[in-house]
Amino acid sequence: MSEPRLHGNDLTLAYDERVISRELSVAIPDGSFTVIVGPNACGKSTLLRALARMLKPTAGAVHLDGQLITQYPTKEAARRLGLLPQSSIAPEGITVADLVSRGRYPHQRLFRQWSTADTEAVADAMANTGITDLRHRRVDELSGGQRQRVWLAMVLAQQTPILLLDEPTTFLDIAHQIEVLDLCHDLHATHGRTLVAVLHDLNHACRYATHLIAMRDGEIVAEGAPSDIVDETLVRDVFGLSCRIIDDPETGTPLVIPAAKQPLVTTA
Amino acid sequence: MTAPTTPAAPAGPPGTSGPDAKTRRISVAPTDLSPTGYVLRGPRELSVRFDRRVTLMCGLLVAVLVAVFLTSLAVGDFTISPGDVVRTLFGNPPDPLADFIVNGRRLPRVLVAFLVGGALGASGAVFQSLSRNPLGSPDVIGFTSGASAGAVFVILVTGGSMLQVAGGAVVGGLVTAIAVYLLAYKRGVQGFRLILVGIAAGAMLTSAVHYMLMRAELIQAASAQVWLTGSLNTRAWDHVVAVGIGVALVAPLLAVLSRPMRLIEMGDEAATGLGVNAERTRLGMLLAATVLAAIAVAAAGPIAFIALSAPHLARRLTGASGAAVGAAALMGAALLGASDLIAQWVLPTPLPVGVVTVCIGGLYLVWLLAREGRRNHV
Repeated sequence: MSEPRLHGNDLTLAYDERVISRELSVAIPDGSFTVIVGPNACGKSTLLRALARMLKPTAGAVHLDGQLITQYPTKEAARRLGLLPQSSIAPEGITVADLVSRGRYPHQRLFRQWSTADTEAVADAMANTGITDLRHRRVDELSGGQRQRVWLAMVLAQQTPILLLDEPTTFLDIAHQIEVLDLCHDLHATHGRTLVAVLHDLNHACRYATHLIAMRDGEIVAEGAPSDIVDETLVRDVFGLSCRIIDDPETGTPLVIPAAKQPLVTTA
Repeated sequence: MTAPTTPAAPAGPPGTSGPDAKTRRISVAPTDLSPTGYVLRGPRELSVRFDRRVTLMCGLLVAVLVAVFLTSLAVGDFTISPGDVVRTLFGNPPDPLADFIVNGRRLPRVLVAFLVGGALGASGAVFQSLSRNPLGSPDVIGFTSGASAGAVFVILVTGGSMLQVAGGAVVGGLVTAIAVYLLAYKRGVQGFRLILVGIAAGAMLTSAVHYMLMRAELIQAASAQVWLTGSLNTRAWDHVVAVGIGVALVAPLLAVLSRPMRLIEMGDEAATGLGVNAERTRLGMLLAATVLAAIAVAAAGPIAFIALSAPHLARRLTGASGAAVGAAALMGAALLGASDLIAQWVLPTPLPVGVVTVCIGGLYLVWLLAREGRRNHV
């Protein structure tokens, strides 16, 4: 098997003096929906940022399509790999369509500012995220769920084969969380894109991921298909939580039921 | 503005050519991204996006510039009719005096006003974008205070020819800008840190200026004070050439970097994800904006409020989000040109133009704050 398109070898990741991960190696299976989980401050977003070339590793290297990711001109890298950051700022007064169209930047040049491919990509991205009707609205007037879909549409319009999403479901209510995850599943299943997402909810991760990476203290504790690796021991090791694992009645994937410390519901 | 139904595409007479737009070499079509967004296509996939309202408003600003230009050349102690002004401009003066007044005195002055105003407007737009702050302007990074300190130092120590003073302003401003950039640097420069460090540097430099003025001889202090107000008096062709060359050198950098700069407004990570080299773009724009401010201050002194208000007014006029550099430059040129007319001829005594821009800018700020305040309360 040839090496995967995106992988990092012996990464040491640090913010100034504070080292988050040492000699971390990770490979993202092509065509997978990879989800990184772990407790707060375990280094999962740091790993994602390193894969997305936002954080320069202190040691080790990230490779994209057989080449050091830092060797690509930044626009070329942006045609291969897209990132939805944890937080972005919508410029004041910008409209939905205008923001989504910014996703086409890596495909444009100074005097090739708008091609027919751009029009199609933006229309597709808005249709896929269900925001076509909102396209002339101002982003600052939208609800949190709508806004998140707009940002997602911007990254989709970029039309990269690999997509990195840093906590795409935060700030969303449960219905919108599922909506975004269904959309991600669709992108991976029907459009053949490789997705890497950092998620907080372990049950969402188990349901949607084809490849799960569990991290703790900057290290990868386990990785593989959720049904192969998620059990009571792993959840205790990674999150320090005792639980039972049952089959998700909807999908058959592992469902984590946290153990109750004492009876919480008192019966009269 | 009424909305035309279809874009003014250069459609040929019906029936003469096929409906296929590809047969035309140049075409204009809506982008469908906004009701006013269009794309101009040319051969070899060349395409330029534009907004109808922005384009119209920029056209309007150009018309204002032409009006200010002709008025500036015509009005004065010796009034020249518009027809004679145009004739004089095209090398056919009615008499040598008109030639001297128009081409020798008034023309360079209005050109310096336009160039300095445009430079200040563009510079302000860049600083507002980079700092993501509507109050961003060259003053923010302490630039103007640094330039003032440099110029006042030269005036007081050497007595100072115009050129020496300009040099002092440029050196003072650039040194301050570099120092502020380095002090604010921490894994790249964030807008907020830039503002805080800039305010601190500005405050220190302002007190240095006051100290120098206090220790100075009265006459020298007075001439320094005149420079500190900002004035277009006695600006001549050598100013036009110097400012013009500077602006021409910086303009291409602005044109290339302004698109990626607008993406940085969304945050460094989002911009990097889209293929923008955030730090390099920011450094390039900072450099361009600082050089523009330096040129402007060197030529006319620290003229206040143009850099702050021109981008705001331009944004209001065009309805675009964010700070468009080109529109802000046109607005700055129009503002300073008009202010100089007011400063020379409308007021009972001629005043340095800096006094007028402070008054206009101050009124505008008060109006802006009152309006924002009302909007937040209702």
